[in-house]
Amino acid sequence: MLYIPCPHCGPRNETEFHYGAEAGVAYSDTNALTDTEWAKYLHIRANPKGWLAERWVHFAGCGRWFNLWRNTITHEIGPAYLPFTTQPKSPGIIGKEGSNL
Amino acid sequence: MSEISFSFDDKDYKGQHGEPMAAALLRSGLLSITNSTYHGRPRGIVGLGVEEPNALVQLVSGTMESMLPATIIEVAEGLAARSLTGIGALPRDPEEARYDKTNRYVDTLVIGAGLAGFTAAAEHLREGREVLLIDDQPGPGGHLRHLGQELPAALQDVLAHENLTYLCRCTATGLYDQNYVVAIERRSDHLGSSAPATRSRIRVWHIRAEQIVLAPGAFQRPLIFANNDRPGIMLSHAAATYVAVHGVRIFTRAVIMTIDNQGYRDALRLHHAGVQVEAIYDVRSGAGGDSVDAAREAGIPIRFRAAVLDTIANVAGTLQTVVIQDIDRNETFQTDADLLAISGGWTPIVDLATHIGIKPIWSAEHAAFLVSHATDKLRTAGMLAGDFGADDDPSVFFGPELNPEQASHAYIDLQRDTTLHDLRRAVGAGLNSIEHIKRYTTIGTAHDQGKTSGMLTIGAICQLNGVAQDGKPGLSPADVGTLSFRPPYVPVPFAALAGRERGPLSDPIRITPLHQWHVEAGAVFEGVGQWKRPWYFPKPGESMDEAVRRECAAARQGAAVMDASTLGKIDIKGPDAGIFLDRIYTNIFSTLPEGQCRYGLMCKADGMVFDDGVTTRLGKNHFLMTTTTGGAARVLAWLEEWLQTEWPGLKVYCTSVTEHISTIALVGPKSRQLLRELVTDIDLSKEAFPFMHSRSATIDGLPVRIARISFSGELAFEINIDWGHALHIWKRLWTLGHPYNLTAYGTETMHVLRAEKGYVIIGQDTDGTQTPYDLNMSWIVSRKKEFIGKRSFQLPYLKATGRQQLVGLLPENGEEVIPEGAYITLIGAQPNEQGKTSHIGFVTSSYYSPELGRAFALALVADGLERMREVVAVPIGKKIIRATICDAVFIDKENIRRD
Repeated sequence: MLYIPCPHCGPRNETEFHYGAEAGVAYSDTNALTDTEWAKYLHIRANPKGWLAERWVHFAGCGRWFNLWRNTITHEIGPAYLPFTTQPKSPGIIGKEGSNL
Repeated sequence: MSEISFSFDDKDYKGQHGEPMAAALLRSGLLSITNSTYHGRPRGIVGLGVEEPNALVQLVSGTMESMLPATIIEVAEGLAARSLTGIGALPRDPEEARYDKTNRYVDTLVIGAGLAGFTAAAEHLREGREVLLIDDQPGPGGHLRHLGQELPAALQDVLAHENLTYLCRCTATGLYDQNYVVAIERRSDHLGSSAPATRSRIRVWHIRAEQIVLAPGAFQRPLIFANNDRPGIMLSHAAATYVAVHGVRIFTRAVIMTIDNQGYRDALRLHHAGVQVEAIYDVRSGAGGDSVDAAREAGIPIRFRAAVLDTIANVAGTLQTVVIQDIDRNETFQTDADLLAISGGWTPIVDLATHIGIKPIWSAEHAAFLVSHATDKLRTAGMLAGDFGADDDPSVFFGPELNPEQASHAYIDLQRDTTLHDLRRAVGAGLNSIEHIKRYTTIGTAHDQGKTSGMLTIGAICQLNGVAQDGKPGLSPADVGTLSFRPPYVPVPFAALAGRERGPLSDPIRITPLHQWHVEAGAVFEGVGQWKRPWYFPKPGESMDEAVRRECAAARQGAAVMDASTLGKIDIKGPDAGIFLDRIYTNIFSTLPEGQCRYGLMCKADGMVFDDGVTTRLGKNHFLMTTTTGGAARVLAWLEEWLQTEWPGLKVYCTSVTEHISTIALVGPKSRQLLRELVTDIDLSKEAFPFMHSRSATIDGLPVRIARISFSGELAFEINIDWGHALHIWKRLWTLGHPYNLTAYGTETMHVLRAEKGYVIIGQDTDGTQTPYDLNMSWIVSRKKEFIGKRSFQLPYLKATGRQQLVGLLPENGEEVIPEGAYITLIGAQPNEQGKTSHIGFVTSSYYSPELGRAFALALVADGLERMREVVAVPIGKKIIRATICDAVFIDKENIRRD
């Protein structure tokens, strides 16, 4: 059970949140996109091993969307930040000693 | 301590209140507790706690819980249990005991209340932290309890500290991300028949801790030799504890087999308790230390480089003779004994650490896998961290060389009855990963999850390849690696996880303000999400079919009324509300005049229909959106997601008002006439109040909003009213409706009526893979504006032929209602070689229509709109129903009746 720092409510249990996949996948002028680019927007996400900026919504709390750095291997939680604000730097590349469970 | 009596296998036993059932049974001389699951061999008590593989019992008092080790059951007056041969049975009757759960946030959680755990707790308390200390034993002390000793006085003060919460009988079952622990606390079984009825039997703790100290201790492990499973063969620490602490006096002659100095300490305890210790057989070539010296002084014979090879049973099947091998001379000799106490080394409890992916590290010095972890969040202590605290110097030894005959009686997993022979066969079959061997042999998959057998398996795999030791080449346990453990660490009753969320409390029930009226009217309810909705209103003696036909007829020919309060309702306000709705819906809403309603369809970005409903413009910057009953929450979430994450510049505010506004649908050709008796302050004529318009009015001085919306195709009015006033309006309508034979109808009739008109229900006639075009609703797709999903309609695969499209279906036999979900095939379609027939679609909605006087259906069929009048087959088992594809609108294609 992840412990997720909601920027508005503080840290809460994962069950209060819904996941929104990779952050920063912008919805743009759809007509300017080729079919391939549009299909990529719809279906292709980075899905890296390691740190990923993700979207989460505090569904059972304040109802607000925010972004969060999370390590997909160790499940470490990095900084959370609001949409349309400057993205904090990635907490780093996962190394053998990188785990801080 | 007081003497109590309890029953086991219908025999009465005496015990000391609170002592382990295993101790009481042993003291009574019960060596053989049960027969093994698969081989039917007699088995006795082996261990001290949850690692016990043999002595599983079923409670026949209280909760009837099964598969509990007799080693952890505390005897109490009234306790009754019976033996199991490894397989328990669930009780037939519903569980009556209470279970509950609680959450706890603490600075420090210490798991394990032995010396190491207490020491850690004391440190954290000194730093001013709040500490939760949990332990699965009935009291503090860990191993000290087994030695019959108290905690040192300094640590006893810890128990009284105001910042300490100590929970005994509380087992951490899982360690999860970010220091989250689930633990189960057993609260009443140990009280027996004196347990208060209101006390929860088990409490599930959900604990989030800033820091965790894992000090779970270790299990002693057995060794692999022939016939190592006989009653009378026990772990030495367990045997010594039962004898020295619990007064078990049934053993007269003991043999100790050891790989470390623990065997000597246990030999001494047995010796001091009056048991004749025949000899200590030590696999090592020599040993030193206090315990070895003490054993020599006590006159206990010690023989090095010797290992137990085999055992011989008496007629009762319990231990009689131990066969020992002189390793260097390769000779064997025998000693009679009724207790063979094994000290095969310690296995620290790595389970919790591995739950979050920490890899245990093999230490040859300890002959054990250890977890030495120390971060600011989590650290290990005590034996898990390698602090064995004794002069041990163990040998890496798991058992002597055995021939095939011996190996077939040399047990690794006592619960699964898996032997060294089984393991050799697995390795012989080419399996070399411990995880594969586990699955092939089932070792470690039983109730105890390999607590004693896991390390033996690793050891046996090493032995097959030669154990690497003291510079000797071969395989080390480090090369084999440990099994991965998953939660829960011990079995957890489902009842405990369910807690109080059972029966009517298992899920919230949502009811409308008219619910009690429906109940009194005899409605049969159906669940729609969490809502309870009237399904139909049978009159006395009426079948569902009869009731639905009557309700349908009333709606089509007279006047009928339905509670539509469960419709999702979202209040949308703000200067950009119209623009926002244009982007959300496939059709235009910004141009909708005030006081008018429009049906809208919304798609996901991939172009697939997601929800629908009627939205009314209440003011320049104010809309009221309705959604499907089940879709309200996800639609609101969808609106918020776009507003917050893509269009924060839009000034729009969405509020759920589902439970603020109740909706009553008054339907039928006589509905206007009836409503005129109730609503006198507005003109209800079709000229003054056209279809898809909405008007404010008053009923008995109460403000209402009436809309001419129809989900049946008939003349209909939706009365929206404050939730709290709905019952009044409904009752007024009901009284006035008497001369009109006003009929209440439920969701089944609603479904028939809407299907006759070809109105889709999102989620029934769609499954998330239909575009508006697939639903034959191209009319609702605006070409003038952008909206979510529009771009996808240009994708080649959505424009290609072969897409499933919504059509009507008329079975040739008009009395035959096709089952919903049935597949549709071409006439004459034949099964392929695999016996499968390819289908072209499936039935989504299917009813009997009183209006049409026949059965009809809606279906999704590949290129269905091109197949009008085509006859298709619907195979139902061996039978084939023939049906004709038709337009999805079955009645009133001209939309005359709604006015």
